[in-house]
Amino acid sequence: VSADQLDVEAYAAQYSGRTRVARLLFIAERCGVEAIQLEALRMAHDEARAREDTVLYLDAVLKINSRLGPRYRHDQAWVDSVNRRAEQRKEKLETELNGYRTNLIKESIRMGYNDIGDFFYAHGHLSEAFKSYIRTRDYCTTSKHIVQMCMHVILVSIELGQFAHVTNYVSKAEQTPDTLDAVIVAKLRAAAGLANLETKKYKLAARKFLETGPELGSNYSEVIAPQDVAVYGALCALASFDRSELKSKVIDNINFRNFLELVPEVRELVNDFYASRYGSCLEHLEKLKPNLLLDIHLREHLGTLYNDIRHKAIIQYTLPFISVDLNTMASAFKSSVSMLEKELAALITENKIQARIDSHNKILYARHADQRNATFQRALQTGNEFERDIKAMLLRANLIKHDFNQKNWPGQRKMNL
Amino acid sequence: MESVEALVAHIQGLSGSADELAQLHGLLKQADGDALRAHSAGLLPFLSHLHPGAHSLGYLYLLDSFVSSSANLRAHAGGDLLVTVADFLTSCSADQIRMAPDKFLNVCRVLKNEVMQLNAPIRGIAPLRAAVRKIQTSSEQLTPLHAEYLMLCLLAKQYKAGLSVLEDDIFEVDQPKDLFLYCYYGAMIYIGLKKFRKALELLHNAVTAPMSSLNAITVEAYKKYVLVSLIQSGQVPSFPKYTSSTAQRNLKNHTQIYVDLSTCYGTGSYSDLETFIQSNAEAFQTDNNFGLVKQVLSSMYKRNIQRLTQTYLTLSLEDIASSVQLNTPKEAEMHVLRMIEDGEIHATINQKDGMVSFNEDPEQYKSSEMVEHIDSSIQSFHSLCPSIVSTNITEDLKYSYWIA
Repeated sequence: VSADQLDVEAYAAQYSGRTRVARLLFIAERCGVEAIQLEALRMAHDEARAREDTVLYLDAVLKINSRLGPRYRHDQAWVDSVNRRAEQRKEKLETELNGYRTNLIKESIRMGYNDIGDFFYAHGHLSEAFKSYIRTRDYCTTSKHIVQMCMHVILVSIELGQFAHVTNYVSKAEQTPDTLDAVIVAKLRAAAGLANLETKKYKLAARKFLETGPELGSNYSEVIAPQDVAVYGALCALASFDRSELKSKVIDNINFRNFLELVPEVRELVNDFYASRYGSCLEHLEKLKPNLLLDIHLREHLGTLYNDIRHKAIIQYTLPFISVDLNTMASAFKSSVSMLEKELAALITENKIQARIDSHNKILYARHADQRNATFQRALQTGNEFERDIKAMLLRANLIKHDFNQKNWPGQRKMNL
Repeated sequence: MESVEALVAHIQGLSGSADELAQLHGLLKQADGDALRAHSAGLLPFLSHLHPGAHSLGYLYLLDSFVSSSANLRAHAGGDLLVTVADFLTSCSADQIRMAPDKFLNVCRVLKNEVMQLNAPIRGIAPLRAAVRKIQTSSEQLTPLHAEYLMLCLLAKQYKAGLSVLEDDIFEVDQPKDLFLYCYYGAMIYIGLKKFRKALELLHNAVTAPMSSLNAITVEAYKKYVLVSLIQSGQVPSFPKYTSSTAQRNLKNHTQIYVDLSTCYGTGSYSDLETFIQSNAEAFQTDNNFGLVKQVLSSMYKRNIQRLTQTYLTLSLEDIASSVQLNTPKEAEMHVLRMIEDGEIHATINQKDGMVSFNEDPEQYKSSEMVEHIDSSIQSFHSLCPSIVSTNITEDLKYSYWIA
């Protein structure tokens, strides 16, 4: 994966919090170019150290493997001191919480759990953080509290990769009676989109991303950057929407335009697809591919999405024509004729294209089934099956009649042939 | 106790009208048993006094008593006995023998055994066919003889002879267990004639018949059902709703390798299927299904080529060979040629370019033959309607149906 164009610093600057470190580590693992790998690891290390997150720090140090000099070596003393301080703080928080619990003051208990949740999250103990946040639920009194709890849970669930919870809590947050702040609405949409993307529901993901308001800005940098919303939304839309939806929801969507402006390449390729400039659209996609493969959420889905987009392009290309010369089509799609022929054969077998291939002359002919013949054939076949089934039924009725007449039919006897 | 001579005289005298026959029948039943048996060894010459056609009932009793003793059979093995019995079966009177069906069946069974012992099953075919027709009260009735007859046809490899009996649809069954053997042997005959669709019908009936417990015939029938379904349509249909729960639950357990075979077939890979068959060849051999299994294997090519006709208008022989996993274009050409001859695909081979063009089915459904065909199909439905209505009514009226 050649990612020599990736500016690691600029990329990392879009994010904050744990996701920055996680993304840097992901890039380091996957990028294959040593210079960038070390750069990413270095930044990850510094960030982890600044945040006093020992888990991520140890991970970074392990991967650096002493390649960056003495400052980046495993510093067990620092780890121990951070852990000790953390332990002390944890005890303090827990004692406070117990105190609140005996006093039975709801608001204090809620804040106590929240603080513990924050503490665990900061130090990378994600499942404990999750549990603590969930426990605030019983002590929430206003819808603002509920929304706050939901946002916390969503954040932790995204990192844990438990996207069912994300969807759950997004809908919980959206159902609160008070009207929500526009930024929060945008955050929820983006989170929902992310959950759908990760669970492979690309159409729903596209819809959610496209509904995300521009108020999102960089307010959700601990999860997602606005460029990501644009990229994810556009790719999912291209892979799953039909032409009319694409036009109404993506191209004419004023809100989404703000996001698309941030990634002009993506904007170009969406327009190319809609204008049937498939060759250039696919070229843009190829160019973006190496960088997108380094994205922590998109990587696993990139293959499927790209395939879907390519197939859609092929299907749309062939729709208006009665016959298509495969050589022209191959050059438009920048692939060889034989590869194209195989792709077309697969699509025809899946019944996505109604056509036949003339392999000798390399032409694709549109084919529309002869309705009259097909009807006759079906009628005759149905007639035959009907006759056969009726006869079998009469026979069975007869057998059952005998079964009633002689209940002692020796069915137990095994016949030896 | 009357002597045999007196009995013979009675037979000759009382074989005229129905009343006389009834009286004769009574007399015969009295004489039956130890009396006749004691004299059985000497009965044969008396038969020459009687005419098998006119005195069928008496003839039957005497003959039955004679052949019931295995000593007699051994003594006369291979001799004229066979001819005598065969003669009787072909010329006896249907009304008379229907008065004593058990004895008639017994005689037929003896004939069959004799013929099989002599290793000349073909000698039993004509007499048994006549016997089947005689004992049937209507052409829709199934008798125990059907299965025996079909077995002889199979052993003698006279499949066409079996066809005449198989072509009648069976609606009346006295003994359900006759049905299973009939379906099984009948299906084997159709398989021998490569009429797979009709074979499937019979096997389907055997597998879906109501039954309270599994029997070995159904298991064997199911094995063939799987194989023939694969050859005919490329997949095995699931059990329809009316299949007995016994069959649904237990059939697959007894026929595991066949179920595995059908899953392997579903993957579409010739080489995988071949390896699977080779590794289980012994099991298939013991079931006597190896021939069918080889046909399943070759049907894989056919199915793959047929799939190609849906996608391509023209295709080179090399491409056909590679997509269907054949070794050379020559083999592909052979397969395509055979399929065109069998009418399984419509195509033209251009040898100069090495190309095959796939054509549409030329049937336009406009000819007068087609109209006649459709008309006759509609007629046959109409003929079925009365039987459906009557079955419905009789079943509804039966008290036992309601209390069961």
